Amino acid sequence: MHPLLDFYAKHSRLIDQIGVNALLALSLSVSLQAGQLALAQAAFMGIAAYVSAILAMTYHWPLIASILAAVVVSTVVAALLAYPVRRLRGIFLAIATIGFGEIVRVVANNLSVTGGAEGMSGIPSDATTPVIYGSLALVTLALFALSRTKFALAVALVREDEHAARGVGVDVGVVRTLSLALGGAIAGLGGALYAHASFFITPTDFGFATMERILVWCVIGGVTSPLGAVLGAALLSVLPEMIRFLADYREISNGIILLAVILFAPGGIAALWRRGAIRVRS
Amino acid sequence: MLALEEVGVRYGGVDALRGVSLRVERGRVLGLIGPNGAGKTTLVNAATGLAPLASGTIALEGKRIDGLPQHRIARAGIARTYQNIRLFGALDVRANLAAGAFARPGRLDEETLRALLARAGIPDVDPAARAGALPYGDQRRLEIARVLAARPLVAMLDEPAAGMNAAETRRLAETIRAIAADGIAVLLIEHDMPLIRAACDDVVVLNFGQVIARGTPAQVGRDPVVVEAYLGSDAGALA
Repeated sequence: MHPLLDFYAKHSRLIDQIGVNALLALSLSVSLQAGQLALAQAAFMGIAAYVSAILAMTYHWPLIASILAAVVVSTVVAALLAYPVRRLRGIFLAIATIGFGEIVRVVANNLSVTGGAEGMSGIPSDATTPVIYGSLALVTLALFALSRTKFALAVALVREDEHAARGVGVDVGVVRTLSLALGGAIAGLGGALYAHASFFITPTDFGFATMERILVWCVIGGVTSPLGAVLGAALLSVLPEMIRFLADYREISNGIILLAVILFAPGGIAALWRRGAIRVRS
Repeated sequence: MLALEEVGVRYGGVDALRGVSLRVERGRVLGLIGPNGAGKTTLVNAATGLAPLASGTIALEGKRIDGLPQHRIARAGIARTYQNIRLFGALDVRANLAAGAFARPGRLDEETLRALLARAGIPDVDPAARAGALPYGDQRRLEIARVLAARPLVAMLDEPAAGMNAAETRRLAETIRAIAADGIAVLLIEHDMPLIRAACDDVVVLNFGQVIARGTPAQVGRDPVVVEAYLGSDAGALA
């Protein structure tokens, strides 16, 4: 067997996980770029995971259709969530969105259609590596295209100074709603793929611990850098596998890494890169 | 161009502005002076949608703009600078000018960017420099360039000479005259009397939220009400 195929056979699950995690990190990085500490990504992910799982299992929708429908639902939910939190900023926005995430988890825990605390099992495992990485590539391309538009400028202005942004004609409410909806769409894509790559899902998969993990990936990568977020997700997905004993203490090791980054490299990997502290050798 | 009629603004129980009427005309510079707390910045805030009106109307080219949200007023053609500089400090000079041109169609090309910096009097500033890292005077001028990037009907400059020395202030007066000569209506809030005299066609004097005098800089400087109520020993600088 070719060594690359052999490597893939051994690690395909981890490789798929990295792809999904990268999508989740990107989804949070989108709202962080607009300066919004909105921490409902795990909830959007969960909503989409359940929607696509139910459509695939109960209604026998094909993979692409169930994923698309799930993404539409999570996007709409995220856009709607923007309204009640429109006046909240910073830590208050974080608390409100974490609260929303808990509501989603509790609801999933108590509905029969989601299988309650037992979750759902027997989801068709048809989100293969090409599907996951194809999705990641599409999202990356879309975000790159978006980064060259006026919307990206508006996002940066809202992040830097909402008041001055209004003064040059930016509709801050629209920018906030769109960036939250875009984050909801990408998190939903990640969630649907997660469901179709995991065979079974439970409400705790989409709880606060998951949200915290996504946040750590973004902070380690550098909060305003999409590429950094992806690197952060990849790094922290691989690390526990490489250092086996870390896997059992994942939350603790994540916390320590988070503190270390905040103390010693506040801009994350992306800032180290810009400062020239690390370089790719050619 | 911009017309305020009997404008009143209340903060809690305090009348920050009472029955203020004034017009800023195309191609002219209107100076707005008065002691601290007279309501000068409140007037700019009211005209840009930041402070809600308790009474009166504000119209831009005959169309009511009072009550509109800030971004709609900005898009209607009013751009301003801030008493405490509010550049997008972490972004570069180019992005700050693109921000100024945000409501305009198309992209800010290199030629326009250079022209804006030149008109604001900072032709040698590096477009890739971080705005927050520029010297203080250049930041003030970059804010003016950001206003010009919007190609506004009305430009409101809130104490643009603050922190500038006499030579810099003289050059700023020329910059402001040139902006008006391009057909923009300019409202200039200032404490600096030489700048008011050099740059303004007309002056409105506010005190305790009310207009106490108006006229040319020379007329206002001679007005005994103004001299007694406000200008004091500085009156000589106007006349």
